[in-house]
Amino acid sequence: MMKASRPVGIVGYGSYVPRYRLPAQEVSQLWTDGNSPVPVREKSVNGIDEDVATMSIEAARNALKRSGVEPQDIGAVWVGSESHPYAVKPTSTIVAEAIGATPYTQAADWQFACKAGTEAFQASIGFVAGGMTRYAMAIGMDAAQGRPGDALEYTAGAGGAAFLVGAADEAIAEVEASLSFVTDTPDFWRRQYEKFPEHAGRFTGEPAYFHHVTSAASKLMSEMGLTSKDFDYFVCHQPNAKFPLKAGEELGFSRDQMKAGMLVNDIGNTYAGSCMIGLTAIMDIAKPGERILVTSFGSGAGSDAFSIRMLRASEPRGAISTRAYVERRKVIDYAMYTRLKGYYKLN
Amino acid sequence: MEVARYWRTTRQRYQLVGEVCPNCSGKIFPPRDVCPTCEKEAKTPFAFSGVGEVYSYSTVYQAAAGYEKATPYTVAMIRLAEGPLVSAQLTDIDDKDVAIGMPVEMVTRVLREDGDRGMLVYGYKFRPVMV
Repeated sequence: MMKASRPVGIVGYGSYVPRYRLPAQEVSQLWTDGNSPVPVREKSVNGIDEDVATMSIEAARNALKRSGVEPQDIGAVWVGSESHPYAVKPTSTIVAEAIGATPYTQAADWQFACKAGTEAFQASIGFVAGGMTRYAMAIGMDAAQGRPGDALEYTAGAGGAAFLVGAADEAIAEVEASLSFVTDTPDFWRRQYEKFPEHAGRFTGEPAYFHHVTSAASKLMSEMGLTSKDFDYFVCHQPNAKFPLKAGEELGFSRDQMKAGMLVNDIGNTYAGSCMIGLTAIMDIAKPGERILVTSFGSGAGSDAFSIRMLRASEPRGAISTRAYVERRKVIDYAMYTRLKGYYKLN
Repeated sequence: MEVARYWRTTRQRYQLVGEVCPNCSGKIFPPRDVCPTCEKEAKTPFAFSGVGEVYSYSTVYQAAAGYEKATPYTVAMIRLAEGPLVSAQLTDIDDKDVAIGMPVEMVTRVLREDGDRGMLVYGYKFRPVMV
């Protein structure tokens, strides 16, 4: 278990979800004549002028609004994603510049499949607790790719969240402790220069997702001397609508404890942003004293678990709520989806 | 694509930073170092709030090179809350829903890309106010 040597917490947070939604039934209809069952109701799709940089900027601006922190006081801007716009050229410098944190700040891009955001968050806790900086911005954001017709195309969504980490005495919520659990488990990957990821089918379930999520979450709870009953909310990585509910049930959580953070049916799997945006939806409504267990999952594979306790109710201060982003939706068909993803060759 | 040209205007494109005139307090965008109202030197940076309203607009069907992927799209003149008129693309709205006087807010988006190998240019667009 990792516990900061001085109390650290979330002083601001923000999310972003693009406007477009592709019903999973559209994918099923095109590739299986509607015979394939759908793993989610619909997924979010980034607009033609949106990518991980632009979405991170908006989430970070929301986090800044909630915190009231001056951007020049941020000593690190870290973006975790598996869909950075450039192969070489940091997303984080674009975000840092846009939110006004440059030039005296650390900036870096993080990569660990779907847990790139939570590893940036965990590193931020150490960076702030160690006195290296007063505030650090950790972002998990993706515009996920799925090969046309592949199982991932039903769920690979767009969106994510940003967390501004600072001292607990000025925070909305304190990070009580965290824990990481990783093994070399090749369940999902994308090789250099390949456009779409590959996955190992059913192998992505038990040995990958469930083993890591439940191991990380149960170990953190036992190290803290807590059980699922000590938490008001549980949110974990959401690759589809079934996996997180099953993992939660294995850990002893009820559907009520998982409901507030479950967004996958509305926005799909936002990869590095998945459990982080779920956490923002919970923090939008959680009351002081309530406790949240957050557990990510990144293929390859690993999970980061966090115990977070609300210190005060969140005040929007002009920031847009996660619910508002989720409810802002324009349904598109597969043809428009193909256009937004840039699959048509114009020249 | 002229990398240096875009790099020089990063702050105004990403953050909507213009200038304020120390003589008449007029707000200036884009920055031009001379106040268009009183013609005095004006080099003090000023960050605009990013909120405004649609002053006029037109929908583009035949786009210039680099913008073809987004057609049709709407360009508008935005009257910023602090006064200046700015021309920009609208986003996150269907063309038929645009109206003069509509409240809008600035967002940072991809403006264009220089082919598959070139740089991505980010900058301001405006969308209907969400909050």
